Amino acid sequence: MAYSDKVIDHYENPRNVGTLDPQRDDVGTGLVGAPACGDVMRLQIRVNEEGVIEDARFKTFGCGSAIASSSLATEWIKGKKLDEAGQLSNSQIATELNLPPVKIHCSVLAEDAIKSAILDYKKKREARQALSSEAHASEGPSPEAKPRVAGREVTAGK
Amino acid sequence: MALEFPIYMDNHSTTPMDPRVVEAMLPYFTKAFGNAASRTHAFGWTAEAAVEDARETLAKFIGASSGKEMVFTSGATEANNLAIKGAAEYYQSKGNHLITTVIEHKSVLDSCKRLERQGFDVSYVEVEKNGLVDPAKIERAITDKTILVSVMLANNEVGTIQPIAEIGKITRARSVLLHCDAVQGVGKTPFDVESMNVDLASITAHKIYGPKGIGALYVRRSRPRVRLVSQMDGGGHERGNRSGTLNVAGIVGFARACELMMSEGPTENARIRALRDRLRQRLEAALDQVTLNGDAEHRLSGNLNLSFSFVEGEGLMMAIKDVAVSSGSACTSASLEPSYVLKAMGLDEELAHSSLRFGLGRFNTQEEVDYVADLVIQKVKKLRDISPLYEMHQQGIDIKSIQWAAH
Repeated sequence: MAYSDKVIDHYENPRNVGTLDPQRDDVGTGLVGAPACGDVMRLQIRVNEEGVIEDARFKTFGCGSAIASSSLATEWIKGKKLDEAGQLSNSQIATELNLPPVKIHCSVLAEDAIKSAILDYKKKREARQALSSEAHASEGPSPEAKPRVAGREVTAGK
Repeated sequence: MALEFPIYMDNHSTTPMDPRVVEAMLPYFTKAFGNAASRTHAFGWTAEAAVEDARETLAKFIGASSGKEMVFTSGATEANNLAIKGAAEYYQSKGNHLITTVIEHKSVLDSCKRLERQGFDVSYVEVEKNGLVDPAKIERAITDKTILVSVMLANNEVGTIQPIAEIGKITRARSVLLHCDAVQGVGKTPFDVESMNVDLASITAHKIYGPKGIGALYVRRSRPRVRLVSQMDGGGHERGNRSGTLNVAGIVGFARACELMMSEGPTENARIRALRDRLRQRLEAALDQVTLNGDAEHRLSGNLNLSFSFVEGEGLMMAIKDVAVSSGSACTSASLEPSYVLKAMGLDEELAHSSLRFGLGRFNTQEEVDYVADLVIQKVKKLRDISPLYEMHQQGIDIKSIQWAAH
């Protein structure tokens, strides 16, 4: 099967490979796919106070199309607001990379990874807000008394 | 010697033709083009003589007692179909049960499945973790309804060489016919239909540096005399077993390929084995988490099937695109299912997706092996750097402990 030039480009020069500290409150992590299926994508976002994705990183176990889809996804969501990034669809990725029908699932996985990372970030933010309003209500001395430890929550799934 | 690209290391899939085989075939396309079935002129006689000589060579190649026992076919798929369906149909009054293994070639498995739809019973014997068939399991599967056992000589994916001689003792003692798909193993590991008690054997030219489009089925003529119902109707060629004008040039090439295997095989196999072992040692010395799939000893000399954990096979093949190999990762197939052979051996699906099959052959060189080893090492490292699974492994996270959602 021949790969498109764009797939080859992203595969040979993947953008934004790396790891953000998943423990940080401003980082959302999405881990989707399964080793048994031959693709696992981990996509992470770092979001600022304005809800803008300042950084995006990925690591992917999978074929060239899966690596290219996640590389492209990180490129596209960087600098976007969360809502905007959440609207990115798999068909946009598939079209841009000219994926053949058997590889459409790679773009679906990339979309899932973005959504999963956003969800993880939002969950963390809600937990933080709940924690600070709790601290506020009790007029307690210091929120440090109950430090929140962000667990290594591994959310693998759609 | 300078390397030429792309490098071919997929010799289980097919082999390049040996120039000496091409040379032997050429006259039969032009000057000696006759139809071997033409009995009325010299063109036909010349073709027929070439075919009869070839039959004897093939018979000698597999230890058959006569060229009359060789039935030419279009290839191994047809030979397997003819053996299984032809025997099942002929012997159905004796019984309706067949035995095969879960790692056979699709042309065997799908022939069996078709027979099941027609009312036959088929037992698919499991293989051990090392990809070998336990003859005792074959024996236990035999019933008084069993008419045929079909086991391959060597597996096309993991190269495991099956104990055909032991299975042959069992089938002979129980008066059950034994078919052997010898396509991958013949010429590369000892194969002898007499001493191994094989009654039907499929072989093909293009795995032994001959042309594509020509195969043969050995059909035993005495003790016991094996009968088949032909699957192709027509002019009654091949003693009624397979109608169709003979591919004379292909047959001549097939015989030449067999001759070369008989004279050069032992030396060649030792050289290929040394290259294969060199490749394996280099890869294993430089990379961690590399698994050999299939038994290390009972294995084709040219076969190296390795899983590089945390790297997906198709992704790796893309990284080494100047090297032709194959992968048990069926990422390109619509089903997204990894190799059924690796799964049947109980390999984790993740490892099946991470597998690469190197198939070394007559024309591979040490320079090629060294180049491929260096390239694979470099690319596996690169892909592990971008693999979330490798990162987890390094952090001590057990990948199996994670609840993955199948997709």
